[in-house]
Amino acid sequence: MDPVVTLFAVFSASTLVSALRVITARNPVHAVLYLVLCFFSAACLWLLLQAEFLAIALVLVYVGAVMVLFLFVVMMLDIHIDRLRSGFWRHLPLATLVGVAIALQLWLVLANGHWQFLTPPATDIAKIGNTKALGELTFTEYLLPLQIAGTILLVAIVAAIALTLRRRTDSLHQRPSEQVRVRARDRLTLVHMPAATRASAAPEAQAKET
Amino acid sequence: MVSLSWYLFVGAVLFAISVIGIFLNRKNLIVLLMAIELMLLAVNTNFVAFSHFLGDLHGQVFVFFILTVAAAESAIGLAILVALFRNMNTINVDELDALKG
Amino acid sequence: MLKLALLVPLAPLVGAIAAGLFPRALGRTGAHLVTIFGVFVATVVSAILYWSVVGDHQVINGTVYTWAQAGGLHLQIGFLIDSLTATMMLVVSFVSLMVHIYTIGYMADDPGYQRFFSYIALFTFSMLMLVMSNNFLQLFFGWEAVGLVSYLLIGFWFKRPSAIYANLKAFIVNRVGDMGFVLGIALIYAYCGNLDYAAVFSQSAALAASVLPGTDWSVLTVVCVCLFIGAMGKSAQFPLHVWLPDSMEGPTPISALIHAATMVTAGIFMVARTSPLFELSDTALSVVMVIGAITALFMGLLGIVQNDIKRVIAYSTLSQLGYMTVALGASAYSVAIFHLVTHAFFKALLFLGAGSVIIAMHHEQDIRRMGGLWRYMPVTWITCVIGALALIGMPGFAGFYSKDSIIEAVANSHLPGSGFAQFAVTAGVFVTALYTFRMIFLVFHGKERFGGHGEHGASAHEDEHGHGHAHASAAPHESPAVVWVPLVLLAIPSVLAGAVGVRAMVASDYFSGAIFVDDSAHEAMAELAREFPGVLGMTLEGFASVPFLLAACGVAVAWLLYLRRPELPEVVRARVPWLYRLLDHKYYLDRINEVVFAGGARWIGDGFWKQGDVLLIDGAVVNGSARMVGRLAQIIRRVQSGFIYHYAFVMLVGIALMLFVFLTWPYLPALIAESR
Repeated sequence: MDPVVTLFAVFSASTLVSALRVITARNPVHAVLYLVLCFFSAACLWLLLQAEFLAIALVLVYVGAVMVLFLFVVMMLDIHIDRLRSGFWRHLPLATLVGVAIALQLWLVLANGHWQFLTPPATDIAKIGNTKALGELTFTEYLLPLQIAGTILLVAIVAAIALTLRRRTDSLHQRPSEQVRVRARDRLTLVHMPAATRASAAPEAQAKET
Repeated sequence: MVSLSWYLFVGAVLFAISVIGIFLNRKNLIVLLMAIELMLLAVNTNFVAFSHFLGDLHGQVFVFFILTVAAAESAIGLAILVALFRNMNTINVDELDALKG
Repeated sequence: MLKLALLVPLAPLVGAIAAGLFPRALGRTGAHLVTIFGVFVATVVSAILYWSVVGDHQVINGTVYTWAQAGGLHLQIGFLIDSLTATMMLVVSFVSLMVHIYTIGYMADDPGYQRFFSYIALFTFSMLMLVMSNNFLQLFFGWEAVGLVSYLLIGFWFKRPSAIYANLKAFIVNRVGDMGFVLGIALIYAYCGNLDYAAVFSQSAALAASVLPGTDWSVLTVVCVCLFIGAMGKSAQFPLHVWLPDSMEGPTPISALIHAATMVTAGIFMVARTSPLFELSDTALSVVMVIGAITALFMGLLGIVQNDIKRVIAYSTLSQLGYMTVALGASAYSVAIFHLVTHAFFKALLFLGAGSVIIAMHHEQDIRRMGGLWRYMPVTWITCVIGALALIGMPGFAGFYSKDSIIEAVANSHLPGSGFAQFAVTAGVFVTALYTFRMIFLVFHGKERFGGHGEHGASAHEDEHGHGHAHASAAPHESPAVVWVPLVLLAIPSVLAGAVGVRAMVASDYFSGAIFVDDSAHEAMAELAREFPGVLGMTLEGFASVPFLLAACGVAVAWLLYLRRPELPEVVRARVPWLYRLLDHKYYLDRINEVVFAGGARWIGDGFWKQGDVLLIDGAVVNGSARMVGRLAQIIRRVQSGFIYHYAFVMLVGIALMLFVFLTWPYLPALIAESR
């Protein structure tokens, strides 16, 4: 058989099975690991589709960073698994129905549209290399979306920190912005008090003055 | 010869699995987030498949951006999860009804 | 000429504005000088116009100012001065001038002196605008304006609750009449498309031919009846007469000016002016005649039991207005106007005379507390007797010629209701003589019943002048010259106007062109003109006529009951207490108005408030809709369960549905066909 077809079968099977295991795994750590496997398989599928850069990006960024993050969180949280599993299979009929309906519809429409190009056209992408071609397109036509994507990532960083940052209440530190804003009269009040003199010559005069 | 429709089939089934996952995992918020990642993966696969068979690189550029946004979104989602867990000490979705109208 | 005519209404208006807006700057003397000057100018110019219109037989008809144009409707201020208008103008301005001069003496001690002069000058302006108008809108403007000034003047002493009650009553009853008036004008506009007299009158035949849609009423009849309803309100015909006796709450000068000579005659003038319309509708003329007859007779009867000197004269006015209306109904429009003119003179005279008596009696108005005043105020006495003789129709005096003409005209009319009208006007002569000379005898002759409690008797009129006359118990004396000179000046036409004018009014073409009479259908006027025996002949014939006999009987009975055997009235009253009660309560009409109309309106208002406003609008609509929103929200809030999986579930099902609708459904036929 065509090696491509074989590889396709293997990789797609792996993707689908691991995806199933993701959602049915008992242990959330297992679920995350299965997700990693799913992504790897998907990356391989993409390699078959000659999208090398994206496949590697998927593995590096997605699996390497995001899935690791998932793992961190899963391990950090103290979760009671038993309580989580009760009532799990109750909604399976409805879920299957909806899922199958969506899948069927998607496939019916997309696959039965009369695509004229069941064979991929010969392109000269192979000469340039996927990465370079992608880079050329990104940095020229899609420059603005690129910048915006960067901004989104920045916002995500800030949001994540803002959501989870806990301040230590037992450490003292200076706040220069407030220090600069201080006014003299907030700290110091001068009270005028007349001096008490011992001169007996003019006690009445002083009494008159005050 | 692997045709386009096979890849689309894979994408569709992946999408359906994630939908089923959302329905089934009503108690586990983390798996919910993972199901969302699966959904995004399905869509990305679709894009890449079309890009390959149309010979158009624009699909892959789109996947590039989807990846970015997905990463950002999962980061924030997990941050919310962590903050939630700190306060409620549970990730059981059933107990999160503070937004009840 | 039109510019000259403009001077007539504007001169009093300027006076009114000056006296009204700058009372302190002008002071009392300045206020009365400026208003009297304005009215004097109006009188002089009216006289000039009268000579030119009547003498040279020309008619002035023109637009002075176009106020607005809306579509095909031109709203303009214009003057139509023909013989009818010129006569009215002269009467109005002359009587107004007399009243102005009289007021200097009558209101000398009143704090609202300048305000009063401003009001009566404003009234003169309004009335002149009414009679000089050449279209219905200006007529209506003048109509409403005189109503307004009447309201202001009746309530002149506004701190008195009775005065406020009276002026509201006058205005509201007038309003009821005005409703009919406006309906009439609206119908005219709807069917003629124009409000100009000339245009409308030229279409009168077309109006008579058309019927109101959905009914078989002639448009013209409906229009005339509606217009007459307005006249009923303004000229105090039964049943809208109830405001006139109460209007005596105002100072006597205005009782003379407005409620005797001029404003109440506006209705009569209006019907005469629209004679081209009324002539074509027998039904309307019948209505006019019957209502006038009822008023003439039954109001006269009420005059017999009144004890306030001004009320007696007020009911007399009502009765005489009834006479004029009857004449209108008999198509004797010129006779009605003739009576209007003579009545203006002698009724104003009587009112001003009564005012003179009131001053002399220090604002005592009850005739039971007067008597024997002829020694003390001879000029007043003589002029009042002249006025009284004119009123009862003594041959030789002005009232005789006009009244007799009315009685004859009604006799010649054959409309339905003319029989009753004839009875009413003839019987009315007796009644008129009775109450008039009752008043004369009780006030001027007989025993002097004042003296002991004659000073500030009737407490209701206590603060009329607010003076603290030291000579309260002194004998009454003749009023100052500013008071009796107008009396004399009015007495002269009360004697002469009849004889001078009868030939012109009755038997000539004086009013031709101004008043339209269909001689073939209604021959009353034609017969009068044919049988007119000349002034002297009429006078001599008068002495031998039935009305004169009746009048003489009336005077005799009055003499018997009130001079010779003053204890008799009590006996009569004891015999027929129900009759006395009926008359005393003015046929219970006031009670009916108070209970049925006013009370009914209040009841409806209450109902609307409690049921409509509180229950319906507040409860059901406002609060109800709020409650509805609340209940709806209660139902909808269940959607917001706070559970994420509910939201996720809804989203996913939504996606599935959308996919189905947008993606699968359009391609379903193709898919099915393909899979076959």
